[in-house]
Amino acid sequence: MENPNKPSHDALLSLANNLRWDLGVNLHDAVIESIYEDASRIARNAVHKEGDPATYTLERRIDQLVTSRWLGFPMMFLMLALVFWLTVAGANVPSGLLANVLVDALHPLLKNAAGSVGMPWWLSGVLIDGAYLSMAWVISVMLPPMAIFFPLFTLLEDLGYLPRVAFNMDSLFRKAGAHGKQALTLSMGFGCNAAGVIAARVIDSPRERLIAIITNNFSLCNGRWPTQILIATIFIGALLLPTLAGVVSAGAVVGIAVLGIGFSLAVSWALSQTVLKGEASAFSLELPPYRPPRIWQTLYTSLVDRTLFVLWRAVVFAVPAGVVIWLVANLHMGELSLAEHFIYWANPLALVFGLNGVILLAYIIAIPANEIVIPTVLMLTVVSAGMTGEGAGAGVMFELESIEDTAQILQAGGWTLLTGINLMLFSLLHNPCSTTIYTIYKETKSLKWTAVATFLPIVLGLAVCFFVTQFWYLFQGG
Amino acid sequence: MNASHNCENCPVHHRENLIRLGIAMDRVDYVVALAGNPNTGKSTVFNNLTGLRQHTGNWPGKTVVRAEGGFSYREKRYKVVDLPGTYSLLSTSTDEEVARDFILFGRPDVTVIVVDATRLERNLNLTLQILEITDRAVLCLNLMDEARRHRMEVDTRTLSRELGIPVIPAAARQKEGMDELIAAIEEVASGTFVCKPHRTTNRSAKINHAIQVLSEKLAQQFPGLPNLNWVALRLLEGDQSIINAVQSGELGQLETGILQP
Repeated sequence: MENPNKPSHDALLSLANNLRWDLGVNLHDAVIESIYEDASRIARNAVHKEGDPATYTLERRIDQLVTSRWLGFPMMFLMLALVFWLTVAGANVPSGLLANVLVDALHPLLKNAAGSVGMPWWLSGVLIDGAYLSMAWVISVMLPPMAIFFPLFTLLEDLGYLPRVAFNMDSLFRKAGAHGKQALTLSMGFGCNAAGVIAARVIDSPRERLIAIITNNFSLCNGRWPTQILIATIFIGALLLPTLAGVVSAGAVVGIAVLGIGFSLAVSWALSQTVLKGEASAFSLELPPYRPPRIWQTLYTSLVDRTLFVLWRAVVFAVPAGVVIWLVANLHMGELSLAEHFIYWANPLALVFGLNGVILLAYIIAIPANEIVIPTVLMLTVVSAGMTGEGAGAGVMFELESIEDTAQILQAGGWTLLTGINLMLFSLLHNPCSTTIYTIYKETKSLKWTAVATFLPIVLGLAVCFFVTQFWYLFQGG
Repeated sequence: MNASHNCENCPVHHRENLIRLGIAMDRVDYVVALAGNPNTGKSTVFNNLTGLRQHTGNWPGKTVVRAEGGFSYREKRYKVVDLPGTYSLLSTSTDEEVARDFILFGRPDVTVIVVDATRLERNLNLTLQILEITDRAVLCLNLMDEARRHRMEVDTRTLSRELGIPVIPAAARQKEGMDELIAAIEEVASGTFVCKPHRTTNRSAKINHAIQVLSEKLAQQFPGLPNLNWVALRLLEGDQSIINAVQSGELGQLETGILQP
């Protein structure tokens, strides 16, 4: 804009400049001091306190405990384990009920209805075996755990525990050259990585914000822990007594989550030492007072705003993925289906990493939503191992009634404890889901950093799986 | 709080006057900004006013973008803008800039400053900085329930006299004081209550002199600018975004209100 007053504006600014020189460097401090002085005087006049209230000291005691050097972290992990355990234990029954209704009862009904109106087999395959079933699976696998996890998490948040977590982890993140507030975005990531990436806006320095965004994927998100829990139950929980299985598998999941925090710190450190060099910036974190959470409102908002929102997103992505799964299992090239072609081709490569072709294909198909990894893995295992009598045919995603059945299928498909461990590791360390990738692009506006955030975890994941596998073989003697 | 029963007859409590508009905000009569320190319950106040359910949480820095909503009261329509919570307006972080630019350039008709009654002194630092910029504000003394729990008493009359703006005690989580807050917003917006905002004067003579020299010059170039002393002080401190506003002439538009959203 051409400004007619430009010269006089410049004169004004140079006057300001001259005056600034006269005032010296302490102006900013003097200004702040005068404000603080006034604020202090006004507050003194207006506030009357009766003695030293007992509640303050109680809060301080609790704070000393939860942010203590020795007890802070164990309490944090214990709290995390408790939340996971409640989620695992509580979600089983409603998940089974939903699966009964949506998969066992409604699915055959829809198939029959489609058959009776003369729908061609491929159309009912794509729509009902593909799109409908994947949606049904996502709902029955995701809804119950989310409906338990999100309110629990929101209650902790409402209570004021989250800032304490950030306080505990602040020094770790600072040592890693990242911002202390990254502890907050990391915690958000346990719910949903896309939400965690958006939450990184609380970090002012662009360098540190980028670090927080790139490393958010190392927070085990809600879509991934059904996978973790199932695999942990089959392969790790089964190692011990059945009574301990629940606790041990919850422990294994916490272990993976903690490993994720470790990777978050390590990658933050590596980034801040190399491409994103710089000083960690200071910030003040207020430990807010503990406030009694409003249970009903928390339930309502976490169910409506978070659970249903995330579920809807998952459904939107799962439906097209279901179509793709059905198609790759049913389109044939020569003798074999597309899925089998890929699986046989990828198997030798995948075995180096202790994984298999099925897992790789499942992860490619499940890019839109991590939640459908397990159903896809099972379906593809049955297809490729040529098993009969299980599942409902090619391209039909299914999940089995009991964990033993699932274990049998996986073991028949050549899975070992090593495959299980590697799947858990790879589930932690692989590319973010497509929603998160898109969110990262929207937040960073940079293709380069989006690509880094997408591929860095895959490379890490493959490297980690590779080393675990090679060490495993080394100690097992081949 | 036995007296509260008598309040039901007061016009303030005619709840039918309040219509929550959610995000339907066409034909707005007044713009209300919500400012305050982090974690003082701004979002809760926002939700109470607009009927929206902006996510609230007990940790600082939860609101990172400004949220907007609306309500209608006594046939006037209000747009409410929830600004990010900040401890001051003097540094250059993104959230502070968003908050400050909106109060300065967005020229809200009323700025509601939500403060934590249990941490009044710290919260007043921001309050005083806001009062340097705008002269139409209401102080929402939130978290009074916690203050009572901590056996603290806040003399709202003294506070109101010192700050020169209405002070409304509230407990937004319990929806306490919201009717009075809306009534105060209306009074300030309509000009029934004329604010005499507190302006800091206890600076050294040297600084005050420099401010005076510069604001006289500013008054010549931007007649009608409402916060001359504050702009002068920002220029003296070398605040880049204010310098830019002078250079582009954007500052001049403030007096005519062209930038009114």
